[in-house]
Amino acid sequence: MPGQHLAPSVARSVKILVVGAFGVGKTTLIGSVSEIEPLRTEEQITTASVGVDPGLPEKQTTTVALDFGRLTISQEIALYMFGTPGQRRFWDLWAGLADGAVGALVMVDTRNIEASFEVLDQLELRTKMPFAVVINQFPDSPQYPVERIRAALDLLPGTPIVRCDARNRTSSAQALIQLVEHALTFPAFQKAPA
Amino acid sequence: MSQGDEYRDHPVRSYVLTSGRAHPTRNTLRPETLLVAVDGRPAPSTATRQQRDLVRLCRGTLALAEVAAYLALPVSLVAVLVSDLVDSGHLTIRSNHQAHVLPERDILEKVLDGLRNI
Repeated sequence: MPGQHLAPSVARSVKILVVGAFGVGKTTLIGSVSEIEPLRTEEQITTASVGVDPGLPEKQTTTVALDFGRLTISQEIALYMFGTPGQRRFWDLWAGLADGAVGALVMVDTRNIEASFEVLDQLELRTKMPFAVVINQFPDSPQYPVERIRAALDLLPGTPIVRCDARNRTSSAQALIQLVEHALTFPAFQKAPA
Repeated sequence: MSQGDEYRDHPVRSYVLTSGRAHPTRNTLRPETLLVAVDGRPAPSTATRQQRDLVRLCRGTLALAEVAAYLALPVSLVAVLVSDLVDSGHLTIRSNHQAHVLPERDILEKVLDGLRNI
């Protein structure tokens, strides 16, 4: 672990979230861009139990893993990418994580597009953060036209949709570029009046 | 005591490590907050093993989440430990984030430039 320190000149950190269902490739994308092996922390959260089982207590604790990576962008700035499932039951953890984030990459697997609905709902319902949809291409992914995916996910016309191979560094970086470009069009990131 | 893989726990319960507190003394700590130890100040003699390890890890700059991952402790718990070590003058917050404040536009533009260079 020594040698993993940031350069002493780095004094700013910027955060992007990578969200999506289990197995969609969040950690793969983070790992392909990260300058360190992706790291993991685990958080205990208390969730209301979903099923109605009189034998179970009403609340349960669940362990949620947070995988993340880092990229030194310039002499002063480090970018952190946090991968987390975006489902409703993880929201307590996620809301704190969302604070101050530039935006989110929402990873979608077109073989299981329904798994993305809840993540997108939560993002739109609970935050105003910019997001871009990343279609992680698996070898057997069906090739839907982008506009069909936009309609299926009920996305606004301005929301970027990027096809990506999460294992490929340039391809993953391209997805991050699209997100940051999109974020720069948001009022929150316009220059303050002098 | 079960040593099976299906059940993992820290030998010391989280609330003992933080003297029973669940929240840090400051609310500007985020997973990406950058931390660095104050030069030449080892952890106090009364420090716990976790605090000592934390100060040692921060001899160079690391984000709170990295420290948590290396210590194998939750981010929320490490935030409490970090907060105390900042209060006692052993750690410095290298990047200060205010709650609910987004990065400035010029920072984002630099991020964009950096990503385009990949």
